[in-house]
Amino acid sequence: MLSIALKMLFGDRGKYLGIITGIALASLIMIQQPGILISILSHTYSFISDINLPDIWVMDPKVKFIEDSKPLLDTQLYQVRGVQGVEWAMPLYKGQQRVRLDNGETVGSIVIGLDDATLIGGPAVMLQGRLADLRLPDSVIVNEDGASGRLAKPAATPGGKSIPLKIGDVLEINDKRATVVGIARGTPTFQSQPILYTTYTRAENYALSERKLLSFILVKAKAGESPEAVARRISRQTGLAAYTAEEFKDKSLEYFLNNTNILVNFGFVVIIGFIVGAAVTGQIFYNFTLDNLRYFGVYKAMGTTDRLLLRMIMLQALIVGFIGFGLGAGICGVFAAATLHSNDLTMHLNWQLLLGSGTAVLLIVVLAALFSIRKVLKLEPAEVFKG
Amino acid sequence: MHHPETLAVYCRGLTKTFGAGEMQVQALRGVDLEVHPGELLMLVGPSGCGKTTLISIIAGILHQDGGECILYGQDLRQFSKNERVVHRGQNVGFVFQLFNLVPTLTVAENTAIPLLINGLKMAEALARAKECLQEIGLKGREDSLPTQLSGGQQQRVAIARALVHNPRLVVCDEPTSALDHQTGRRVLEVLKSLAVSQDRALIIVTHDARIFEFADRIAHMDDGRIVDIKTNNRH
Ligand SMILES: Nc1ncnc2c1ncn2[C@@H]1O[C@H](COP(=O)(O)OP(=O)(O)OP(=O)(O)O)[C@@H](O)[C@H]1O
Ligand SMILES: [Mg+2]
Repeated sequence: MLSIALKMLFGDRGKYLGIITGIALASLIMIQQPGILISILSHTYSFISDINLPDIWVMDPKVKFIEDSKPLLDTQLYQVRGVQGVEWAMPLYKGQQRVRLDNGETVGSIVIGLDDATLIGGPAVMLQGRLADLRLPDSVIVNEDGASGRLAKPAATPGGKSIPLKIGDVLEINDKRATVVGIARGTPTFQSQPILYTTYTRAENYALSERKLLSFILVKAKAGESPEAVARRISRQTGLAAYTAEEFKDKSLEYFLNNTNILVNFGFVVIIGFIVGAAVTGQIFYNFTLDNLRYFGVYKAMGTTDRLLLRMIMLQALIVGFIGFGLGAGICGVFAAATLHSNDLTMHLNWQLLLGSGTAVLLIVVLAALFSIRKVLKLEPAEVFKG
Repeated sequence: MHHPETLAVYCRGLTKTFGAGEMQVQALRGVDLEVHPGELLMLVGPSGCGKTTLISIIAGILHQDGGECILYGQDLRQFSKNERVVHRGQNVGFVFQLFNLVPTLTVAENTAIPLLINGLKMAEALARAKECLQEIGLKGREDSLPTQLSGGQQQRVAIARALVHNPRLVVCDEPTSALDHQTGRRVLEVLKSLAVSQDRALIIVTHDARIFEFADRIAHMDDGRIVDIKTNNRH
């Protein structure tokens, strides 16, 4: 009888496709929206995760998140170096500068100044060139998205493709020459500004106006010391804020969530997706059962137990749920893959997300099935003789 | 009087009331009826006299308020709800006025349903359904959808479905009233030749005087009672 239930389902092509589409759309929304949200959120701290060498980030206590920066004094770097349990402490400059392109246009970009000697804090993955080339005069390394995005040269012919920056291209930062010596991969920043890496000294040189340049002090804890303990010790002894990388990510994320409506907005869309999905699918599924009520009554009269009827309807619901969810998740997978390297809209897909949306879809179809089952179980078998 | 165990159906003093208060309808007011195995009994009477109610109780899909209804010596009231359902699945075949074939299932699948309900595997159920369809003259139409068949053919599918699991009781409610006269007669011929057997009783509710000749006995109902039972002396 279970295969009969499936044949009834697939036989009603219109309703079947309607239900599948409804569930697929609901799953799509429920996976895609949080996926994009996670991706956006990860951008808020991508700068921290991209620099994986240091355990601890030290900064001015007033800094609230990674995009924020309040300069430190050079002497504070030496203070940090003196704290017990610190293996090394390196300066990192992070600031906004205007980069002038060939055609005279200027683009607001993030300039990162790395410790001249060690280049700690540099990009982990180089696509072209080498990190060590930053030791060449006037050299900068540009992140991939900046190079092919806002810093790219306009197309030679109108409407053509813009030309990405390449090694050897020359830019100007505050009227000072900057030669591209490499292209690096990095998670795009939240505002998708280009990122230019250079040495700390050269960054000082580029940023004429600012006197104090030290944005962050990157610290490595000695082997055997817990980064948390060292961070607390740094705070105590220097009066600066010191967080482990994880703590700093959380702090940045928290700041972002508290200062935007993003969670509410995305949450709202997800809930709408769930409700609309549930309503549409539930409605069509219920209608499908109503259409077949007469036949369920016939099965009942002919000796089908309530238990079997329940299993038949549950199976129909689970099958449409499974196929619909598969479709929705599949489309999301394609979308995630297609946007993996895109500049703006990317989407994150993880098992938690699939599990969550899968559970929501399960809830939808089980609810729809329960309404239908109730109707069928209440049916009087004697009704079959009515015209 | 026959002992109930040798009877297919034994009813004494059956009553059934629908609704309550002003809306109350007494559909059965004490029905006495005996049907023998191997017999084709027709139940006739004016509209609303309680024919459908009576066969519903006999078939076990409706419960009487009072009186006794015993099938092959068994009182369904001694069973649990679930046992009654299973009992029905094994022992009763149904033919309806409007065929009630499932439109999304093929003729063979429709016919196989009672076997599937009784737990047979699909392949075996379909094989037996096809044999049954062949007997009833529908060979070659097994994979058609019901809507592709004429009314008479559809009712023959319904008859095949009512007989495929070899039930001991077949109840038919107005099986010919949706068919024209010629087709109705042919459907009755099929019923008479295939359904009637030594260990099966057939009860047909009908208005259709033109098929009375197929009955062994005709029970007349009026206002919730059987007022008269005649043996058909067509021979
Ligand atoms: N489920 C029900 N609820 C209320 N009243 C009912 C119900 N079923 C039948 N009745 C009433 O019981 C009486 C007998 O109905 P039943 O259907 O048995 O008559 P019938 O002889 O089959 O009539 P017909 O020839 O029109 O089919 C009628 O008055 C009918 O209105
Ligand atoms: Mg009736």
